[in-house]
Amino acid sequence: MSASLIVGVAFAYLGLLFAIAYWADRRADQGRSVIAHPTIYALSLAVYCTAWTFYGSVGRAAASGFGFLPIYLGPTLVVLLWGSLLVKMVRVSKTQRITSIADFIASRYGKSHLLGGLVTVIAVVGVVPYIALQLKAISSSYHILVQYPQVVTPDPSLHPPFWRDTAFEVALLLAAFTILFGTRHLDASERHEGMVAAIAFESIVKLVAFLAVGLFVTLGLSGGLSGVFERAQEAGEATLLLAPTVGDYRDWFAISLLAALAVMLLPRQFQVGVVENSDERHIRRAIWLFPLYLLLINLFVLPIALAGLHLFPSGSVDADSFMLTIPMSQGSPWLALFVFIGGLSAATGMVIVETIALATMVSNDLLLPSLLRRWRRLPPEADMGRLLLRIRRGAIIGVLLLGYVYYRLAGEAYALVSIGLISFAAVAQFAPVMIASLYWRGGTREGALAGLSAGFAVWIYTLLLPSFAKSGWLPQGFLEVGPWGVALLRPQALFGLEGWNEITHCLFWSLAANVGAFLAVSSLRAPNAIETAQASAFVDVLRQHRPAHLALWRGSAEVAALTALAERFIGAPRARAAFEDYARTRGVASADDLPADAETVHFAETLLSGAIGSASARVMVASVTEEEPLGLDEVLGILDEASQIRAYSRELERKSQELEAATGELRAANLRLQELDHLKDDFMSSVTHELRTPLASIRAFSEILYDDSDIEPAERKRFLGILVSETERLSRLVNQVLDLAKIESGHADWHNEEVELGGIIRQAVESVGQILESKGARVTQSLSVGEANVWADRDRLVQVMVNLLSNAAKFVPADTGLVEVRLEAVAAGWRVCVSDNGQGIAEADLPIVFEKFRQSTGGGDKPVGTGLGLPISRQIVEHFGGRIWAESPPGKGATLCFELPRTAAPSPSSEAES
Amino acid sequence: MSKRILIVDDEPNIVIPLEFLMKREGFEVSVARDGEEGLAAIRAQRPDLVILDVMMPGRSGFEVCEAVRSDAALAGVRILMLTAKGREAEMKKGLALGADAYMAKPFSTHDLVARVKDLLGDTP
Amino acid sequence: MQQSSLINQRLASLFLVGLLVLFSPLLGLFEGAQTWRGIPLLYLYLFGVWALLIAASAWIVRGRRS
Repeated sequence: MSASLIVGVAFAYLGLLFAIAYWADRRADQGRSVIAHPTIYALSLAVYCTAWTFYGSVGRAAASGFGFLPIYLGPTLVVLLWGSLLVKMVRVSKTQRITSIADFIASRYGKSHLLGGLVTVIAVVGVVPYIALQLKAISSSYHILVQYPQVVTPDPSLHPPFWRDTAFEVALLLAAFTILFGTRHLDASERHEGMVAAIAFESIVKLVAFLAVGLFVTLGLSGGLSGVFERAQEAGEATLLLAPTVGDYRDWFAISLLAALAVMLLPRQFQVGVVENSDERHIRRAIWLFPLYLLLINLFVLPIALAGLHLFPSGSVDADSFMLTIPMSQGSPWLALFVFIGGLSAATGMVIVETIALATMVSNDLLLPSLLRRWRRLPPEADMGRLLLRIRRGAIIGVLLLGYVYYRLAGEAYALVSIGLISFAAVAQFAPVMIASLYWRGGTREGALAGLSAGFAVWIYTLLLPSFAKSGWLPQGFLEVGPWGVALLRPQALFGLEGWNEITHCLFWSLAANVGAFLAVSSLRAPNAIETAQASAFVDVLRQHRPAHLALWRGSAEVAALTALAERFIGAPRARAAFEDYARTRGVASADDLPADAETVHFAETLLSGAIGSASARVMVASVTEEEPLGLDEVLGILDEASQIRAYSRELERKSQELEAATGELRAANLRLQELDHLKDDFMSSVTHELRTPLASIRAFSEILYDDSDIEPAERKRFLGILVSETERLSRLVNQVLDLAKIESGHADWHNEEVELGGIIRQAVESVGQILESKGARVTQSLSVGEANVWADRDRLVQVMVNLLSNAAKFVPADTGLVEVRLEAVAAGWRVCVSDNGQGIAEADLPIVFEKFRQSTGGGDKPVGTGLGLPISRQIVEHFGGRIWAESPPGKGATLCFELPRTAAPSPSSEAES
Repeated sequence: MSKRILIVDDEPNIVIPLEFLMKREGFEVSVARDGEEGLAAIRAQRPDLVILDVMMPGRSGFEVCEAVRSDAALAGVRILMLTAKGREAEMKKGLALGADAYMAKPFSTHDLVARVKDLLGDTP
Repeated sequence: MQQSSLINQRLASLFLVGLLVLFSPLLGLFEGAQTWRGIPLLYLYLFGVWALLIAASAWIVRGRRS
């Protein structure tokens, strides 16, 4: 097959990829994204399958059976956890504007430049072998195909000078292609829609190519799947594959674990899985579609391997090349060409995405921070955007050249799969820190640095250096006897762990050192303010709706300075558009009106970190604003505030409700007390008044009589008479006051016995009779009951009757007065009523006649009574369990009644108290 | 020309000794039985001094005092208030309302007479 | 949100099942030269289990269409 045909077809295919990418980018700029589809997302993840999968699986299968499979089983299982794990990663990355795995780790642990740089170095060094692998695959496959119809694998001992080495040319070509692909402009979110579309396309191409060969082998050559195996059985070959085992369980498990970690932590996987993700919901479909892809692309690995072993007796053809050599040997050049394109596709896809991801890390996390530190401020003329792009292009070229160098140094010694596993082990060093960043609030910057350094160092010592040794660039003795002859330090049998597969061995020791150092150093100090804030932002990301660290910024900024900064990095039109959009979300007319507060600063930082990484963005924004560093207490205080406030406000609500209830009760009680107090005051003042008035007249008369001996006898007698009566009045009042006080306070003496009401009435009428007679009033008694017995104090009841009759006597009109006394039986007991035909009582006054010192005036004269008679009567009646009230129908005078219960058999407890 | 004194009190057994005392001193005495009557009598007779009880039904002594003092025409009328309530607050209130003197019951007859003379003494 | 955590729980259980099925000595049963219609059992077992895991996860993830 002519070289020009192969090269022509190759270029045509690459051109097609570029066209697809360009078209997809144009659509994205118009807002009609082609890649916002879950299937596209899942297919883009298939960039995991590189030339290693395409060629190397068959090679591995032919050599050792099922050993190729764990690389795909691991990811199949780990995707089942993506529902939370990957979603969390994506959410964090979107909120923090994270654009690479170095950015992720650096951002989590204090936005540390050093950490980002270290991760970048590990990623570059670790992935370089993997890139070498792709270069090797492309160049080998080219060399094989170009020799058609001869089927010869190239001689690995050939070392052409690099300028004539196909691999070198491939490296340069790929560098140019990648630069065109991914460094046309600087995007604030670091998304490359075109690249994703192209990758999805090439995933389809490589799958179809593989399936084509598989079907060709299975159906075309062997008449069915069973046929493949049966024929091998008959021929007695490939006994390893016919009696398959999984080999050493440790290796089976270790490689699965490695692959499970690599499918997330490889820079290209992080790029397509996290950074390029446009919708979290796409992850759902990827959870089953991606493993399905892996299944399909591995389905025919064994049949192809068997066919190859059958067609090419052992050793004559490198098993890695079976994919090509089988169709070639069967006279299907077009299929072989298609296979070549498939392999090219797989390798190119990997290189493009991986180098773009690495270049982003190198520019944002490795070079830019160092440059910033050196300059201290931006040089006035530089267009930062162009500078960054130039750095990235340089990084792409550099990485590819490094890949070529490794290929020359170590590539021949290894089969493809082994090289790939070396890279897997390198990126596995990110796993402890990554998992911790999402699920553990502890961990410090120094801890992460220590863990990564330890793991990386062990990886170098147990895998990378031995790979050089096995290729002859380092003395073999280093491997066999250990450095300086120390057997315990043999790189692949460290501390006596002999006989382990080198990958498993490295995985064990490197992860042990990594996790150990990470935990140990992290425990040396507590996380500081930024680490704590970021921990919360990462670990709680699924619970938060607003980044917590918004409030953690104090300082002053000018919005103009922020916009200018953004323009320097992502270009004036994009920066202005972003700020205008932001202004609209803040409800402000234009970007000029934005307030220079923490939120705006955070927005600027986020916008920039998409272009230059979060650590650098922070430095840049800090250089423009003046920030006051917050102490840890303040940060924790602010963070705790939110949860505290929530708890307190609930408490507060509860307490305030209780308080209201208590206040209401207190107010009511206070009112009652005040009323009682007023009543007491009123009573006291009334009593003093009532006492002092007769005293005044007594004194006045006494003094007059004493001073003046010339008073006429008649007048003297008059005065003395008033004196005597006032004295009586006074003592009466005093007695009544004391009486009332005694009854009310419960200290009165009651002498209770069975008394007959009729007798009491008669007795009372007799005492009051004189007064009534003197007024010319008549008294009638209608006692309808013979024996009305009550249990009471006789004297007290008489007192009540006398009081009522006196009142009646007070108010009956002269000469025509009529007082009626009635006694009758009622349901409640006995009722006694005293009616007079006086002027009656106003309806409003009916209830108050029984209150102390309330007196109705009887016809304009000063009342004779004390105003305490009725209140005392009420106390007495109520003491015996009865009630007393007044009635006064208009025009019919007034009637005062009381009721008393019938006698019940007395019990000792109802005896009067003393 | 003797001074005229008006006694306003609803308690007859106070009015009698007061009347006796004032007459003994040679004053012309008239009596009112409650606040309304008293006010009307003050306006009609323009006495030189009013002995005014505080606790009365209808208009209290305070009200009468206030009414008199707000009437400029009655400025020459002296007011001596009597009360059975002896609290300081009452005294202050009375004096604030414009009473010229304030005495508590039971009072000393000598003191009362002396005070009346005192109040009337500075007029010719 | 509760829906998705239920889905995640089921997926996590499937993960554990997968671990058991693919990484335990259970595999030892299928090693060796036994074949079914000429195809080695281990091949059928691994790919069959693989396919079932995928089908199960697809069913779980699609189980609730909102």
